[in-house]
Amino acid sequence: MTTLVGTGPLLRLVLRRDRWILASWLAPLALLPPAVAASFVTLVPTDAARAQMARTMGGNAGLVALYGPLRGSSVGALTGWRLGFVPVAVAVISLLMVIRHTRADEEAGRRDLLGSTVVGRHAPLAAALLATVGANLVLAGLAGLGLIARGQPAGGSWALGAQFAVAGIAFAAVGGVAAQVTEGAGAARGIAQATLAGAFLLRAGGDIAGGGLGWLSWLSPLGWAQRLHPFGGDRWWLLAPVLAFAAALAVAAAVLSARRDVGGGLFPTRLGRPAGSLRTPVGLAWRQHRGLVAGWAVGLSAVGLVFGAVADSVGDIVRDNPALAEAFERLGGRARLVDTFLATVMGLVGLVAAGYAVQATLRLREEEITGRAEPVLATGVGRIAWAASHLGFALAGPAVVLAAAGFTTGAVHGLSTGQVGREVPRTVEAALVQLPAVWVLAALAVALFGLLPRAAPVAWGFLAGCLVLSLLGPILRLDQWMLDVSPFTHVPRLPAAAFAPAPLVWLAAVAAALTALGLAGLRRRDIPAS
Amino acid sequence: MTADAIRTEGLVKTFGATRALDGLDLSVRTGEVHGFLGPNGSGKTTTIRILLGLLRADGGTARLLGGDPWTDATALHRRLAYVPGDVTLWPNLSGGEVIDLLGRLRGGLDAQRRAELLERFDLDPRKKGRAYSKGNRQKVALVAALASHVELLLLDEPTAGLDPLMEDVFRRVIRADQEQYGRTVLLSSHILAEVEALCDRVTIIRDGRAVEAGTLTELRHLTRTSVEVELALPPEGLAATAGVHNVQVHDGRVRFEVDTEALDPVVRRLAGYGVRSLLSQPPTLEELFLRHYGPRP
Repeated sequence: MTTLVGTGPLLRLVLRRDRWILASWLAPLALLPPAVAASFVTLVPTDAARAQMARTMGGNAGLVALYGPLRGSSVGALTGWRLGFVPVAVAVISLLMVIRHTRADEEAGRRDLLGSTVVGRHAPLAAALLATVGANLVLAGLAGLGLIARGQPAGGSWALGAQFAVAGIAFAAVGGVAAQVTEGAGAARGIAQATLAGAFLLRAGGDIAGGGLGWLSWLSPLGWAQRLHPFGGDRWWLLAPVLAFAAALAVAAAVLSARRDVGGGLFPTRLGRPAGSLRTPVGLAWRQHRGLVAGWAVGLSAVGLVFGAVADSVGDIVRDNPALAEAFERLGGRARLVDTFLATVMGLVGLVAAGYAVQATLRLREEEITGRAEPVLATGVGRIAWAASHLGFALAGPAVVLAAAGFTTGAVHGLSTGQVGREVPRTVEAALVQLPAVWVLAALAVALFGLLPRAAPVAWGFLAGCLVLSLLGPILRLDQWMLDVSPFTHVPRLPAAAFAPAPLVWLAAVAAALTALGLAGLRRRDIPAS
Repeated sequence: MTADAIRTEGLVKTFGATRALDGLDLSVRTGEVHGFLGPNGSGKTTTIRILLGLLRADGGTARLLGGDPWTDATALHRRLAYVPGDVTLWPNLSGGEVIDLLGRLRGGLDAQRRAELLERFDLDPRKKGRAYSKGNRQKVALVAALASHVELLLLDEPTAGLDPLMEDVFRRVIRADQEQYGRTVLLSSHILAEVEALCDRVTIIRDGRAVEAGTLTELRHLTRTSVEVELALPPEGLAATAGVHNVQVHDGRVRFEVDTEALDPVVRRLAGYGVRSLLSQPPTLEELFLRHYGPRP
């Protein structure tokens, strides 16, 4: 196996480069399961209370869409189910990690330096995959041990850890294949993330639609992982298809990499135009952002399609449960249930759009680090004008992305109820109302970029914090002041609740202040920041 | 009104514990090609970034084209063009698009000159940023800078990635430019031949300070002539003569270095030992350079 020579030293290099990154996601994700389990034990101490809770939550279509069907009502089953977003998070991190150590290195030219030493053709890919698989196994081990330490049954504890790990491993392999296809790391990330989004939508769509369309979930690696049902059957045999999927993709990645040149993609690069019509920083920013905004708009439109299509059927979930149906009837009946579902979906869409906003904002930092900002700033373009050219996309882009998601949700939902004219404005409004909260996260990234540029990636940490507060805050019964930290807590839950302008004005004001602070810092500091 | 296009006095810049610039004095006269020589990490790029208003000096003063590089940055930038030492391009833009964009952001590009430069530098403007080699990325930045209507060029090691043929083209273009437009050029480099071929005046920087500055003739004057002689008598007392350095004796052959200003008395003194043969090498900039680059005594 001479093509794998050097994998060992490269593996150590990957671990050395990523030691802090690994610690920063492994630690919180490993601590979540025992923490959530502990809070379930304190908050819902009796079997009866838990069974009641399982019935209510298991009947919430928004939660089923997010996490899949709930099996069982034990502390472990509830914990694993509520942590159903962790496999998706682990999948994102894993695919990014593999691309970072394969295609991104090639693009930066570091691969050539390594390739000239005693390193086999497949060694960099193998090292990246091994490191990522290893990190996922560590996460599985830590999560399992943490749950056992909290007195949870060992079988379920290990199954929950395995559920996290196989999602990561499967999408590490997806990242490995995507890294072979394109010359740019950005496009490779896009392909891998789109694959993940597709897998999520298949699972979510199949699970909410149920019945005749339930098989959709079984097309998705995330569906297989979800159906391991930790503490609710521990169906270990489902590891087989996920791991086979990962192995097949890893082999495919290796085969593809053997067919191409180092630094090249599968497709030859086309020549560009000999002369350009770009004349402003905004034009330059548009060329850099258009792919990103289009990709996110398409992705969130697809989310809207799926959730819009199943929105009307959420009422069916409670139909088999008369006690629950009666409760919902008192709360406003079927229409109310659908609106609550749509509000949950739009809250999720808002968080995803904030991911886009943070990514678009951090382009500024990327331009600075790579040195591409320097020639532009050495012309008649001032710092603020340069920053504004990118921030325009970070602030207006989410509006496009949210409107697209709101439109498809409303259009598809309206088609099924026969009221397109009524539904579209409601869902577009429910989507756009998220915008001020999205801006707050983009503005946090601007503030970090201006004042503490080296800490700019911490903006992702804020987003992760908001995600955890939104998804786990209510169930952990956190204090209101803690929930209030997230801007998304303050967004009116349209269409289930009434429109309230005050919190939106406040959020926009906070965003404006943070942006001003960041830009003031940018005017004062060195570029590139030392 | 100052005749200097660039003037810094006592410029200081620190990065944490590192003192990148330690009281740098630099003056570049309007219309001259000024060589900015120094080893890697001596503070050349930091100086240029301060002149561009990208970095803020911690001490001292800097004036550029009669303005303050920090507060008047954008106004000054319309009058200058900059070529970074390490050029990175946008991966999805073609070289031609980048040239046109940078030119327009500076306030205009001479289309004819652009075409001529592309031809002379043998650059394909259709390739995308990620497909260019280091040298070709540098050419993109050079064409964008040289085809702009500006009065000052700031070039940070502009030929570091060019092949000898292209280096030659670069020199010809700068020289022709100089005759035609009389632009001011600050050329940072560590390639001596380039500086000797192009520059009117030179500043040598080391550890963030200017250690020498002047015209090439002045600097050569500061250098030492190497002498190798065969003498009839042992050269007693030669090593102690003022201006003589590094005396080495091997079977009657003596090698040493002489400061240029001490040449006359030393030659007279040599005559007293009975000269059988004499070989002398004129001072080179390289020697001066090595003296300043080498470890400090």
